[in-house]
Order: sequence, then C-alpha cells, then structure tokens
Amino acid sequence: MSSKQIYQEVILDHCKKPRNWGKIDNPTHKAEGINPLCGDHIWVTMNVRDDTVDDIQYEGESCAICMASGSMMTTKIKGGSLVAASKLIDDFRALTTGALENTEEKTLGSLSIFSGIRDLPSRVKCAMLPWHTLTAAINSQGEVSTEGDHDPVPGSGTDK
Amino acid sequence: MSQKQSFKKDIESARRDFPVLSQLINGCPLTYLDSGASAQMPQSVVERLNNYHAKEHANIHRGVYQLSERATQEYEDARKKISEFLNARKAEEIIFTRGTTNAINLVANSFGREFFKAGDEIIISYMEHHSNIVPWQMLCEQLGTKLKVVPISDVGELDMSVFGELLNERTKLVAITHVSNVLGTVNPVNEITAMAHDCGAKVLIDGAQSAPHMPVDVQDIDCDFYVFSGHKMCGPTGIGVLYAKMDLLNRMRPYEGGGDMILSVSFDKTLYAEVPAKFEAGTPPIAAAIGLGSAVDYLNNIGMSVIHEYEQSLTKYAMDSLREVSDLKFFGTSPTKSGVISFNVKGIHAHDMGTLLNDYGVAVRTGHHCAQPVMERYKVPATTRASLYLYNTRDDIDVLVESIRKVQKLFN
Repeated sequence: MSSKQIYQEVILDHCKKPRNWGKIDNPTHKAEGINPLCGDHIWVTMNVRDDTVDDIQYEGESCAICMASGSMMTTKIKGGSLVAASKLIDDFRALTTGALENTEEKTLGSLSIFSGIRDLPSRVKCAMLPWHTLTAAINSQGEVSTEGDHDPVPGSGTDK
Repeated sequence: MSQKQSFKKDIESARRDFPVLSQLINGCPLTYLDSGASAQMPQSVVERLNNYHAKEHANIHRGVYQLSERATQEYEDARKKISEFLNARKAEEIIFTRGTTNAINLVANSFGREFFKAGDEIIISYMEHHSNIVPWQMLCEQLGTKLKVVPISDVGELDMSVFGELLNERTKLVAITHVSNVLGTVNPVNEITAMAHDCGAKVLIDGAQSAPHMPVDVQDIDCDFYVFSGHKMCGPTGIGVLYAKMDLLNRMRPYEGGGDMILSVSFDKTLYAEVPAKFEAGTPPIAAAIGLGSAVDYLNNIGMSVIHEYEQSLTKYAMDSLREVSDLKFFGTSPTKSGVISFNVKGIHAHDMGTLLNDYGVAVRTGHHCAQPVMERYKVPATTRASLYLYNTRDDIDVLVESIRKVQKLFN
C-alpha cells in the first residue's frame, strides 16, 4: 500500500476531524508526550473511575500520522477498562513493528491501517507517540519522550 | 590544466554516469534531492572501488611485497590528488579521517585540548551542524573554555558586526561552516579568516557542504583547518579529510595512539611518526581513500567551476519554481546561496511531506538536519530540504514541484 493510500483512507480524515480533541479539566490521569526529532508535542488526559476510562481527550501539535494515531486511539480506549487499554497498547506496538500475527491484526479493526507504517520505519515513532503517552498517563509518569525509545526499528529516525 | 580542457566532460550528460539514478522508486523514476546528506557515486568510482577490492588490496605502509607497495602508492596518490584539489601547499597537510565529524573531533582534541585553557573563547555560529557544535561544547566542559555564538539574520546570513564584537584577545578559535547545510548560505570565509587572524585566533572551516560544490583554495581562504567528507562529493562513506597548516600539525598532539602513527615504541618512551602518519593510527580506510581520489578525478574532469555555475543556475531555477507554490515558505534566502533549499508548506508537517513525496520517487530530507539551533532560530520543528548536485536537472525540480502540489491537494 502506498503512503498516499494510507493517508487517504484514514489518516487525513482523523487529521481534519480529530475525535475527542482537547484537554479535560482536572483529569484523574494525564501525560505529555514529546518527540524532539520532529517536534511533536501532545497531551493525553483521562478520567478513570473504577478502572474504566470514562473520558479521554487528546491534543497537540504533530505530524498527520501522530495526530491520526492519537485520534483513533481515543475512540478505542474510551469506555473500556484500563486492562483492555494496556492490551491494546501492546497490540498496537506489535502491529507497527510487524510483530503481530495477521489473525490478531483483525481484532484491531480500523487501527490495522497502521500496519502500513512497518514499511516506513522512520515513522513508527510518530504513530507510537500517543500510545506511549497513554501508557505514561495510565502510570501517571507525567512527560514521556520518544528519545531513547527501544521499540521502533533500530536506528530509525536518526537525524543527520 | 589547459591540456586537459579538451577532454573535459559535459555536465549535461553527467547524470548518465550515476547508475543508482536509473532505478524506479514506487514505480516512478528516482528523483534524488538529498545530496546534502550523501551524494551518489559515479560508475567510475564504483569501478575503482571494485577493482581495488578485487585485485589490489593489501595493508599499506607495511609490506615489502608488491601488492602492499602498490596499495600504499595508490593511497598516497589519493592524498596528493586531494591536496591539489584544495590547493594545499603539500600533500602531507592532508590527513585522512572517517569524515567531517571525525576531523573536527581530531582538531578539538589534538589542537584545542593541547593549546586552550579556562577562560579562552571559541566562536561558532547559529547555523552550525551539530558536528561543529558538540565537539566544542565537550571541550569547553573539559577545559572551562567559553563558547560564543554568532547570530544569523532572517534571510540566513551571519551577523558579521556581532562576529566582530565577539572577537577579542581571548578568542582562540573560530569554527564556522563554509555553506550552511540547512539554509544554503555561503559564508564570507575569507573575511572571517582575516578578522580572526587579526585577533590571533585560528580558523576552522567546515567544508562538508562546500568542497563538493565549488572550487576551494585553502591558501586563498588562509584558514588554519578545513574539513570535509568524501561521501558528499561522489566518494564512498567512511572517509573524510582534515586539511591543516603544516606548522600546526607539527605542534599538535596525536589524536589516537596505535600502529602506523609511531616511529618507535618502547616502554620507556614512544616516539611519534611524522605528519601525516602521526594522525592516522591503525589501518586506515584504504579503499575509501582511493575511492575518494577517484571521485576527485571525476569532479576535476568536469571542473569545479563548471559544477558551481551549473548548480547556481539550477538553484535559481528551483527557487523560482518553488516560489510559485502557494503557502510555501523558504528558510534561507541569502543572495549568496548554494543548492541547499529548505522549506515548509503550510499545514503539512515536513515528515508527512517527505513520506508522501517518496510515493512519487522524490527523495528529500526532512527533520532538523542535525542543526537544531537553526530550527529554534526560525521557530520550526523541522523543514523539508531539497539539496542539489551536478547530476540533478530541471526535470528533477519540475517533478519536485509537481509532487508537492499533489501532496497539497491530498491535504486540502
């Protein structure tokens, strides 16, 4: 699949109409995510009650892949449990790095479009940033950065 | 020189010399516009490397057998070619390094650490590549030396009046890029060198973006150090050059210790070899050095002035064509500009632009280009950069512009 198709099918739709866009006032969980390489800077805020994500919002400045990934992430996480969220984070990481079986890919629904990111290893970090930030929010680590991140393809995003 | 003139190669046909350029990427002809990061190799250099590996390889400066002596001769011939390419006084003023970065680190350690002290000052500029920032920062941490930074204007030129104010008797070194790898600005290196010398400071010129693209005469510039990389000028990776004035090289300490850089070794006292061997410890990248010599032959055969003029004309064409694209903003618009063109298109992140241009076979660089202070200066996280070389044509520019418009359409 060409990048253009990936962008056309899902990414641009979410960029033009990002879902759950914004910041929750006084959230129970929040985190800030930064990718210094491309200047992406995002925020994930959540209200969690009895292990259920009642509300989640996403906001930031980023490239289209990061923005769409964040927008789609909120739609998948909202209303679910923290356990389900953690499972989805693991699955999404496996999807973008090519470690997920084809059969499992189907369970990710519309997110499976991001399997195309595998062919763009330098952009894996962009797609992963919202999910890293979600992990940080769940653990309330505060700020995360994709620098020193071991998961994407080695050497991806090195900038010379 | 005039004798060779009649054999000169026509630049218009140069593109055919580069086998890599004839491939398809995503079904489109490759439009390679990232020579500022790394240039492609002509067939002659590829063959020279192949031939060396297939028929000529042996370690140098050691064997008394024919193969080793031939390899040594070829390696030293490459040094001579490069010294003539830069108009150095003698071949021994050319030190082979792994690249520009390695050459700057060599100067920081062998010259800076030896001769600078706490309170001394090093002047760099806002438009330096990280490789001409970080080695000096590391040195300053070690020695207590101070780093001063020359600001740049909106069009991307050095503020020469501030430079004049920063210079003083504490200034020990001015380390400035000849051509900015983001903005394309060609800096007035002769003037900078003269001003620095008036204060007793030495001058290092980062030639990574100039040596491949224009005639360079280190005696005319009168700089003390000039550094560049082989892979940005049609040569292989893993080889670069430090030019330095002989009296400095004689006074500097070795950078690395090991084989080949010694006269004699004993546990009481080790004597170092003469320049240039003193700075080339261990087995050097022999093949890469010979490959770089072959790249110099290739460039000389076309002529550096011809290459420079051709690229200037292509740069003007590219700037004029890109100016027609709506919502496109340039970074670096100095009238003295080389073929390094940075821009962003409103509403499209540079990384999205780069990814989508790739669909049309267009290879550009996106990101901070290892020059984060430049990004900070213009308040952008990243830019898209098209950088030109002798094998690019107006067709490449047309494909770039057309492809940018397609990406714009996709986003709107």
